[in-house]
Amino acid sequence: MKDDVVICRCEDVTYGEIVRAIESGLTTTEELKRVLRCGMGPCQGRTCSRLIARIIAEKTGRDIEEVAYPVVRPPTRPTEIGILAGDDEK
Amino acid sequence: MRIDKHPILKFHRGREIEFELDGRGLTGYEGETIAAAIHAAGVRTLRTSIRLGRPRGFFCAIGRCSSCLMTVNGIPNVMTCITPLERGMKIETQTDKGHIAETGSSPRKGPSALAAQRPRGGRRGTADAEEPSRAEEPRARDLGHTPLAVVGGGPAGLSAAIAAGRLGVESVIIDENEAPGGQLIKQTHMFFGSKEHYAKVRGVDIGGRLTSELSELPARLLNNTTVLGLYPDRALSLLRDGRHHRLSADAVVLATGASENMLAFPGCDLPGVYGAGAVQTLMNVDGVVPGARVLMVGAGNIGLIVAYQLLQAGVEVAAVIEGLPTIGGYHVHGAKIRRAGVPIMTAHTILEAEGRGRVEKALVARVDADWRTVPGSETEFDVDTVCLAVGLSPNCELALMGGCEETYVAELGGRVAVHGSDLETSMPGVFIAGDASGIEEASTAMLEGRLAGLAAAERVGEPLDETLLESMRDEAADGLAALRSGPFGDRPRTGKEKMYDLARKLRQRGERREERSVDVQK
Repeated sequence: MKDDVVICRCEDVTYGEIVRAIESGLTTTEELKRVLRCGMGPCQGRTCSRLIARIIAEKTGRDIEEVAYPVVRPPTRPTEIGILAGDDEK
Repeated sequence: MRIDKHPILKFHRGREIEFELDGRGLTGYEGETIAAAIHAAGVRTLRTSIRLGRPRGFFCAIGRCSSCLMTVNGIPNVMTCITPLERGMKIETQTDKGHIAETGSSPRKGPSALAAQRPRGGRRGTADAEEPSRAEEPRARDLGHTPLAVVGGGPAGLSAAIAAGRLGVESVIIDENEAPGGQLIKQTHMFFGSKEHYAKVRGVDIGGRLTSELSELPARLLNNTTVLGLYPDRALSLLRDGRHHRLSADAVVLATGASENMLAFPGCDLPGVYGAGAVQTLMNVDGVVPGARVLMVGAGNIGLIVAYQLLQAGVEVAAVIEGLPTIGGYHVHGAKIRRAGVPIMTAHTILEAEGRGRVEKALVARVDADWRTVPGSETEFDVDTVCLAVGLSPNCELALMGGCEETYVAELGGRVAVHGSDLETSMPGVFIAGDASGIEEASTAMLEGRLAGLAAAERVGEPLDETLLESMRDEAADGLAALRSGPFGDRPRTGKEKMYDLARKLRQRGERREERSVDVQK
């Protein structure tokens, strides 16, 4: 795989960046997400989590089953903060 | 780019309306999405990416990815693949993260940003519905309590509501789109199986049948509504008409479907690399062809069916490639494509999509048993579209954010929420069915939906007609076993067995823990 292949399209994170991060010791999807922001964009990792888990499995010699996906939190879709903050029925 | 003649479908287009793209006057049709109107005008690049400035077109076309974000009437990050086109819209190609125009209209007016948009579904989105006046209304509404909440109005969700409804249990079905039916609305092929499982009926018509059956039952549809979160005690937070709502339920059935898998290769993010579902939406719902010449990646049922649908829409299919040594889908579908003169190249993978700003070429090569490319086997295709049909992943986010146990089962499409044969997750009263619980087919999704609906109805705790319940359960379970008994049922059957085993173990562990705590209390 070429280094410049985009893996996380939302945050523009490339294969090379992910591999270098794994080699530096970040071997979970959570760590990669915090450092590189992959999976933190508008799609919340729906497009790239699977690819990233596979790259981790391949580079660390683990089975894909052993690579945990990142934690899922609400909201499922990007939501204007005012909509959530305005939830204050008087 | 628009389809005028189609052997199966008739496109009911709305009124012709004018809009602006980067200051250029264009026309589209009321009811279609912004992305479809722009694609029909021959424009593929909708935005440039945030850091590397790479051109992007849409990818999923069902509001799951972020490829189609554009600035609409001064508001950035509008998901154009699910936002209906309106007369006079000023649409701009978005650069980086988008900028809010200082003199731009208020996000409360016109098309709102990401969250407040009203997605549409079906072929006749009603774009001219009056916006309700909001001045005097409270900003958040409590929608109260429902015995059963069903998330997702596709084959599984509608079937769950029907099953519960036949037992007299009321439900609310929540769906993101204008019209229910889920992905059935783009299935122009006839289903296989037995008559009870809608064999010889086109998917596009099954949704209508389910909806009409539902209309006689105690079920209410909340369309154009997105579930933002699932919380303990089965509380749901909903986004509807740009406002936040709450709903609680005795039982919840999650029937949220699946997302298209992405494949990583150089150029995979170029405009013109589209998911198979996106191609189907564009072609079969909006009546717009994805391009002139397509390379199909993946020869499972979806790849083969969509390749055939492309031919029906008058698009040239250069080849169907498949990494495995044999095709994964039904041979009937493969044979139809071969008869039309399209080569199916097994043991081949895509190396690269090339082009300036859009797909112009695709490079393909043979792979050996270990997925290594065979040197000298490269073939180049002059195509403007690469369609990816490389599988789906279950959408189980709501279950996971609610705290359900998760696991990875390759046969079911990857990460899934643990569930038993009654489809109940580790969260009491929360059920999961259809593709969201493991990738299968629409016919199995309908039966799983029914089983989940029945189990959920029991959970509601109202007195039920036990005889009817048992006969409906036996019928659905037998049907499911029959569908999973064929050669193509092997994989999901194995996956489901693994899943049920795990669920049993978890439940036993939970029960032991409860017994121990009872002992301690004594």
